[in-house]
Amino acid sequence: MVDITHYLVLSTIVFSIGVVGVLTRRNVIIILMSIELMLNSVNLNLVAFSDRLQDPSGQVFAVFVITVAAAEAAVGLGIIIALFRNKATVNVDEIDLMRG
Amino acid sequence: MRNYFWLIPLFPLLGFILNGGFGLWQVARTGNRPAKPFVYCVACGSILLSLLLSLSCFIALLQLDPHDRVWEFELFRWIHGPALQTVTGDLANFHVSWGFQLDPLSVVMILVVTGVGFLIHVYSIGYMADEEEGFYRFFAYMNLFMFMMLTLVLANNYLLMFVGWEGVGLCSYLLIGYYIDKKSAGDAAKKAFVVNRIGDFAFIIGMLMIFTYFGSLDFTEVFEGVEEMFPTPETLWGPLCWIALLLFIGAAGKSAQIPLFVWLPDAMEGPTPVSALIHAATMVTAGVYMVARSSAIYSRAPDVLFIVAVVGICTALLAASIAMFQNDIKRVLAYSTVSQLGYMFAALGVGAAAAGIFHLMTHAFFKALLFLGSGSVIAALHHEQDMRKMGGLKKYLPRTWWTMGIATLAIAGVPGLAGFFSKDEILWRSFSNPEGHLVFWLVGVLVAGMTAFYMMRMMFLTFHGEERLSPEVASHVHESPSVMTVPLVILAVGSVFVGYLGLPAWLGLGPNVFEQFLEPAFETSYHGAGESVHAAHSTEILLTLVSVAVAGLGIYLAYQFFLKHKEKAARLRERFSGLHSIIYNKYYVDEAYDFLFVSGGTGWGRFFGAKNWGRFLSAFDNNVVDGAVNNSASMTKFVAWVSGLVDIHFVDRMVNLVAETFEFFSTVLRKIQTGLVQRYALFFVIGIILVISFYLYMGV
Repeated sequence: MVDITHYLVLSTIVFSIGVVGVLTRRNVIIILMSIELMLNSVNLNLVAFSDRLQDPSGQVFAVFVITVAAAEAAVGLGIIIALFRNKATVNVDEIDLMRG
Repeated sequence: MRNYFWLIPLFPLLGFILNGGFGLWQVARTGNRPAKPFVYCVACGSILLSLLLSLSCFIALLQLDPHDRVWEFELFRWIHGPALQTVTGDLANFHVSWGFQLDPLSVVMILVVTGVGFLIHVYSIGYMADEEEGFYRFFAYMNLFMFMMLTLVLANNYLLMFVGWEGVGLCSYLLIGYYIDKKSAGDAAKKAFVVNRIGDFAFIIGMLMIFTYFGSLDFTEVFEGVEEMFPTPETLWGPLCWIALLLFIGAAGKSAQIPLFVWLPDAMEGPTPVSALIHAATMVTAGVYMVARSSAIYSRAPDVLFIVAVVGICTALLAASIAMFQNDIKRVLAYSTVSQLGYMFAALGVGAAAAGIFHLMTHAFFKALLFLGSGSVIAALHHEQDMRKMGGLKKYLPRTWWTMGIATLAIAGVPGLAGFFSKDEILWRSFSNPEGHLVFWLVGVLVAGMTAFYMMRMMFLTFHGEERLSPEVASHVHESPSVMTVPLVILAVGSVFVGYLGLPAWLGLGPNVFEQFLEPAFETSYHGAGESVHAAHSTEILLTLVSVAVAGLGIYLAYQFFLKHKEKAARLRERFSGLHSIIYNKYYVDEAYDFLFVSGGTGWGRFFGAKNWGRFLSAFDNNVVDGAVNNSASMTKFVAWVSGLVDIHFVDRMVNLVAETFEFFSTVLRKIQTGLVQRYALFFVIGIILVISFYLYMGV
């Protein structure tokens, strides 16, 4: 029987992979993909609890998150393209325009 | 006429500018002096224009009703002062305009000034003919003098009058010192200026008091204010008396009265026409004019009137006694002028301002004539002024002789001539007026006798008796040219007839015309205190006879001593040698002043002496006044230094401290701001972990 704990463990693992990806990878696109992982782990959580609590609003949230994630991916990719055009790189190490 | 009478003083000003300015310009440009005919035509022409305008103004004025005979014309507002509080508590604006006023009093003055002035200008053409360097300078100063004098008598307020007052003083200074290479002339000029300054100081204080009490300096407003505030005379010594006294001190300086008369005899250092114009006919009478003009004030200050009368009559006596023993022809006339001015003040002092002005007018004629005549003598003798070296000049200078003779008889008070009428008017008033006294009359008659004596002495010593000329002078003696003698003749005619303008009432030809004419000018003066003693005409006739007899006695004595029995005079001089030397040395007044106020010797002199005062004052100035100024400066410097320290070390430090604080924190905190997205994300994560572990730890 697959109960809520498995879902939560899976989602934690996926989230942790995403966090590590965001913190360690240099390529912006991979960072974006890691963020996507984190979002999806959250979706997994929402759907798991929705099923556990017999409440559909969690699924509604999940659908929203997917939508927003799609939009975010689009915007993020756009920014990356613009950045690449200006800097000729997608390496976050080399992008420190806001350094104080 | 009414709107054009302000042009009267303007013509001489134009003359001054033309002669002085053009002269200076030409000398500077080409080194040549302006041509003499140009200079004297401008100078005399401008005065002639003024004279004609004055005459037409006079005629226009005569056609008006006596009470409408006041014209005022404001040329422009001169001083826009602030509003000041007067003693009565009202606010008064210190406004002074450059305004002129023509009324019977000032019209008499301008006629005398322009009339006599014109003749003297013409005379100067001849007298100054030998001058080369100073010719245009002389006439420029003379014109400036005329401008100032006319401003003085035409002013409609005290301050403008004071402008003229100071202006004539300046011209007097310039003209006394005309012979710039003569030290004595320079000294005399300085003396005149300094002595006048004493009087002017009092005049200024008097003016300020007038403003603080009456809130204006305009004659009309002041006199109305006086009438309002003092409906009756001031019986106790009060502000009005102070004003009157201070103004009188000013008048005493200008008109050479005791104790400020010492400058006038020395003023004879100037050219003779100057002595005639400034120091006999016009400027010195400014004080008389001013007191007469202020009669609204004086008539309400009986104590001061008494002082004026006493000072006047004492000056008359003192100066006449000095004049009897002088040997310098011009000095005799100078002391005679002082004496006659004393007469005028005596008249003012007994409340007979009109009589004083009448004497002023007649005196202007015969004294100008006497001075010009003496100038003619001096010119003929090549600047010999000592009468002991003259004598018997009658046959060389016939015209000068007879014109001067008329003037002498006029001043001596021979019936029918100008001086007789005016002098007897004064004597009669000093006897009959409520302010008068028998003593004034007695002294006046005595002075009249002395006047006759010293004037005849002068005539005898100069024109009669044996010739005492030095041979080389005698060979050159000649009558003056007609440009000089014609003015003498005109003035002689005036000396005879000008008296008929003011025939006394006892002649039975109606009231005194001159006094009637002047009456509107004295409208504001106080008339309450009882009419003058209405003595019978017979008394007046008797008193007149006495004074004529005394004058005759004076003439007789002079004849005895200086023509017939000269040894008598010598014997008398021997017998009273002590008294003679005192009077001959002018009572040592100059020496006393010198001792007391100027040089400083011992005792009082050391205490009051100007040198010591000067030294003391200069030490005071150096140490106390300058010290105070310097101390306040260094004090300010010190305070500024302290304030600077506070500014640098406290105020600026605070500001910098704030900046430094921010700088410190920013150097620390900027390290966090790496600009690397992953570093920020790391902080998020750490933060979230911390928050979550906090809550977990707290057991929520």
